[in-house]
Amino acid sequence: MKRRDILKGAALAATLVATTATTSMAQDDSYTIGVAIPSATHGFMGGLNYHAQDTIKRLEATYPNLSFVLATAGDAGKMVNDIEDMVATRDIDALVVLPFESEPLTSPVQAVKEAGIWVTVVDRGLSVPGIEDLYVAGDNPGFGRTAGEYFAANLNDGDNIVVLRGIPTTLDNERVDAFTAAIDGSGVNVLDMQHGNWNRDDAFNVMQDFLSKYPDIDAVWAADDDMAIGVLEAIAQADRSDEMWVVGGAGMKEIIKRIMDGDPQLPVNVTYPPAQISTAIELTALGLVSSTPVSGRFIIGSQIITPENAESFYFPDSPF
Amino acid sequence: MSDTTTSSPPSRRSGLNLHVLGPVLALLALIALGAALNGNFLSYGNVTNVLARSAFIGIIAVGMTFVITAGGIDLSVGSMAAFVAGVMIMAMNAMIPALGVGVPLIIAGMGVALLAGLAAGLVNGFLIAKLGIEAFIVTLGSMGIYRSLVTWLADGGTLSLDFAARSFYRPVYYDGLLGIAWPILVFALVAILGELAMRHTPFGRHCAALGANEQVARYSAVKVDRTRMATYVLLGMLVGVATIMYVPRLGSASGSTGVLWELEAIAAVIIGGTVLKGGFGRVWGTVVGVLILSLIDNILNLASIVSPYLNGAIQGIIVILAVVLQREGKSAD
Repeated sequence: MKRRDILKGAALAATLVATTATTSMAQDDSYTIGVAIPSATHGFMGGLNYHAQDTIKRLEATYPNLSFVLATAGDAGKMVNDIEDMVATRDIDALVVLPFESEPLTSPVQAVKEAGIWVTVVDRGLSVPGIEDLYVAGDNPGFGRTAGEYFAANLNDGDNIVVLRGIPTTLDNERVDAFTAAIDGSGVNVLDMQHGNWNRDDAFNVMQDFLSKYPDIDAVWAADDDMAIGVLEAIAQADRSDEMWVVGGAGMKEIIKRIMDGDPQLPVNVTYPPAQISTAIELTALGLVSSTPVSGRFIIGSQIITPENAESFYFPDSPF
Repeated sequence: MSDTTTSSPPSRRSGLNLHVLGPVLALLALIALGAALNGNFLSYGNVTNVLARSAFIGIIAVGMTFVITAGGIDLSVGSMAAFVAGVMIMAMNAMIPALGVGVPLIIAGMGVALLAGLAAGLVNGFLIAKLGIEAFIVTLGSMGIYRSLVTWLADGGTLSLDFAARSFYRPVYYDGLLGIAWPILVFALVAILGELAMRHTPFGRHCAALGANEQVARYSAVKVDRTRMATYVLLGMLVGVATIMYVPRLGSASGSTGVLWELEAIAAVIIGGTVLKGGFGRVWGTVVGVLILSLIDNILNLASIVSPYLNGAIQGIIVILAVVLQREGKSAD
């Protein structure tokens, strides 16, 4: 009796496999795209997750023959597992991945590529060049340079600034080096640089200490909008809001709103859009469903957001 | 009388007792170093800043002293603080239409924070004391749960308190009484009550007895389960108190709120001379430990003599040194 049940189960499973196989063969112009991104643990990644889900929803409605698998991972190990599962069980035709860390993700993604699957890499590159078919990223040196140029143009010889850096990474180095190069020769003094770790609380503490240490600060490059919020609060507490302005970065909606309203303490912002994931997914989908060539590198320029153009960067529904 | 039952050899040393003086000496050395490096170090503004920002970890660390003295550990406090802050912000935003922006809203928000902290502590305490699951495992689990809950509540972004409510609530962090900021006053009050509870109440003695030897404590008619559970509930409530002070500072909570607070609180407790295995704890030592940790950060920011990449390493060295300093007295016997 038991054995018969098992047999029955096996027969049922075989039929199921057969039917799914035939259905997927029947519509051979249907494609599955796997999307592997870090989980929404802070503002920027929260925004990125929002834009990924939003884009997937829209593309599934636009192209009925496209389906998506979205996986979010809290660490590099889980991301590798997610990608392996996508290849093994979901039979993906293309993979869009924002590597959690470059080194550990390189060989798993290379294996995906060798299995004949289209690979799109977003934001953080892999450590071996030439694996990906398409690379979509923000412009990190441009992010620092654009901010630096604004500081050089709007401060005078001998003015003092302080800088809050992100988490110590190569990405942060690229931004800061480009910033430093851009203000070089303008006579602007960088009094100090410390790591605020792209975190409000850390930035608040570091800025409090800067304010105790330096009586004369003319401007702050906070390099990220989460840090800018902590910095603004520390300045307000010290009652020195009139003395300095702050430039953050990445385009958090609260900050964009204040720029739109013409806040004198927040003259501009520099973009590093979390919506770059949409660009990546969209281009990948376009490559599958049409004959549009999409391989190559797509670097999204860092733009300067001013009160005049802020409206086009304002997404009130995004969590970031 | 109580001292003899708690079986704490380090507390009975004659002459120069490094176990007692170690953390205090380390703190004094740090203050001297800070004053030498930067003239603003001892300024009113800087001292206020450092003390006020120590208050969150400090209030939590006082509760942690009881948990560790009773032989437990709680790894979930950082995530719990983020979660309680998130719940408090959402509750306050939701209550604005009913209560309006004013004192009732703030009181209601504080009540929500305390209740949420109490409930969170109760869950931890129940699983550990009543079901007998290892504290390390329970709180490691709840650490992950609270962290993802707050990320989920915030939809991956940041939960922000309504702007008007925030402006009204802001003085709770930034203002004070007689020039002393509220967080500092609350921290001082919590520390004094904690020290009294540890030294002069049956609860404090039971914690030490339980941490020293559970069997003996049980045979001595200590209500072991209830005491253990009470330590986690107390800690949960103090997380609520810390959150009440934290929310008016930046008016927001996100997945990155309170990251590593649990380790800072545990480090402060150990630097202060409480035994990690349990059985002996002192709240005033914890306060010194908290001050040491935040002063190191402040001095490194004020001085910028080492590469900022090495800040963590310097912190680590000083933490270990502070503990070594007090161990010397102990290894003599």
